[in-house]
Amino acid sequence: MLGVIIGVFAVILLVSIGSGLQKYITNQISGLGSNLIFVIPGSPGGARTPGGQQANKLIASDAKRLEAKLKPIADVGPVVQKTAAVKYKNKSDKGVSILGTTANYPSIITSTDFENGGFFTASQERSGARVAIIGQTVKTVLFKNQNPMGQKISVGTGKYTIIGIAKARGSTFGIDQDNTVIVPITAAQRQFGVVSLNAIYLSARKPELVSLAKRQGTEVLLKRLTEDDFTLQTQEQTLSTISNVIGALTIALGGIATISLIVGGIGVMNIMLVSVTERTKEIGLRKALGAKRKDILSQFLFEAVMLCVAGGVIGIILGLGASLLLAHFFISEVTPWSVFLAFAFSVAVGVVFGTMPAVRASRLSPIEALRYE
Amino acid sequence: MKKNPVISLKDITKSYNTGDLAIEILHGIAMTVYEGEFVAIIGPSGSGKSTLLHIVGLLDNATSGKYMLHEDDVTTLTEDEQAYFRNKEIGFVFQSFNLLQRTTVLENVVLPAVYAGTNIRERQQRGVSLLEKVGLGDHVAKKPNQLSGGQQQRVAIARALMNNPRIILADEPTGNLDSKSGKDVMEILKTLHKEGKTIVVITHDDTIAKQAGRIITIRDGMVV
Repeated sequence: MLGVIIGVFAVILLVSIGSGLQKYITNQISGLGSNLIFVIPGSPGGARTPGGQQANKLIASDAKRLEAKLKPIADVGPVVQKTAAVKYKNKSDKGVSILGTTANYPSIITSTDFENGGFFTASQERSGARVAIIGQTVKTVLFKNQNPMGQKISVGTGKYTIIGIAKARGSTFGIDQDNTVIVPITAAQRQFGVVSLNAIYLSARKPELVSLAKRQGTEVLLKRLTEDDFTLQTQEQTLSTISNVIGALTIALGGIATISLIVGGIGVMNIMLVSVTERTKEIGLRKALGAKRKDILSQFLFEAVMLCVAGGVIGIILGLGASLLLAHFFISEVTPWSVFLAFAFSVAVGVVFGTMPAVRASRLSPIEALRYE
Repeated sequence: MKKNPVISLKDITKSYNTGDLAIEILHGIAMTVYEGEFVAIIGPSGSGKSTLLHIVGLLDNATSGKYMLHEDDVTTLTEDEQAYFRNKEIGFVFQSFNLLQRTTVLENVVLPAVYAGTNIRERQQRGVSLLEKVGLGDHVAKKPNQLSGGQQQRVAIARALMNNPRIILADEPTGNLDSKSGKDVMEILKTLHKEGKTIVVITHDDTIAKQAGRIITIRDGMVV
């Protein structure tokens, strides 16, 4: 019965985690704005350097040309990203994600909630002003209880004035989203000496315009680049890819858990076979008193199913408990269908693996059974 | 005054096949038991009396011959038909009691009625009254391992009476009992006999056989 408990428990827990992951990631990406197209350098099958990197050919002029062509139907937001240490006075925050964006970033991506201050303007972007918006972790590490507004921090070798403090965004998979500093893209490019972009976001103004924007965007980029140099991915695509991957993963995990259930079923069958042997005399007696084959068969089959159902119920309770517990620390979502499936499975396992011992019991000859010691 | 025959065996043989050999255990048994008789079948071990018991008790089919149970020809029945007759017509009492150890006395007694499909209340009521009849009315909820051998055998008798069969078939009913309990059990059988039940006792014990109304002796697979 332990095998059945473990199998059912595993099915429920793993499916909960899988569902939870799917939902979480879907929400995260949906939250980014539903008309988004990501333009990223390289392609899934593209040529790589010995170091495993793909050459990044997306440059600022590509973004400009996209903007020119797509202006009526979409907003364009190029992004540069680097990791660096940020310092204030004698404090230092290492491994901060420095994002260089355009002024329209908040309207394209998730709207940033500000605790204080605001985003930089288009003219600040144009001039490459050294201004910055900091996340909560940066604020806490460098400023503790002081007011960061207007203070100057060192990002790499440059000094930036803080004009905004973002509200807390939490962690995703252990990555702290609050350990970020956002600066105008022009400033970041000058500061770090980069020419290529990490990504270009296109935000179609209406959902119906997304495929048009994707087509036109591809046309524009192909004028200068080859197909391998970039990938246009709609949010829908990303969502469905991730969904599919996690879906497949969940099924795979579920499959493994099912194997465990089957092992449990074999265990049940063995228990029942032993039980039949030990109760041979009892079976002989029942037959002598008038039990027909089907009476004995149904008696033992019922016992096998009960055994599995009991294991299943315990497994479900444990699985639900673990899922709920996990929801606090990580991600998991309890799905009713997995509970139902696990329960149905345990009944099925009971029937399938209980049949053979039950049939054997029913076929015992009463005379020999009564003689059995 | 001749009563109706309850068990009528004509020329019953029984053989077993082991590989190429056919071993004949019963060589043409002829026997009649009449309604309301108390018959003892006696014979040494190896005489074939167990085999005879199995055939009479419809636990096995004869190889040839004819077996009439009242007006029914029960010589060759299917397993399910045998089970039906055993359930309704024959009450078994075994040498080693054969009670279910994990259930209560009452649940043991009602078991034949469970397989007859009788509803719960009816069979429990009848079970209790049968237990009272054999003097165990106070032990209804006990488990068999809490009873003495004699008491267990009395539970078995109550169980045998559950579906009101016309025949009680007892295989060495006192074999595992001390002389006092053995006497009690035989007294109950005699009482049942007085009430009109047909009783067949298989035994190797002379003193038991002598308490019956008629003795049939078996030796080497034949009635002598």
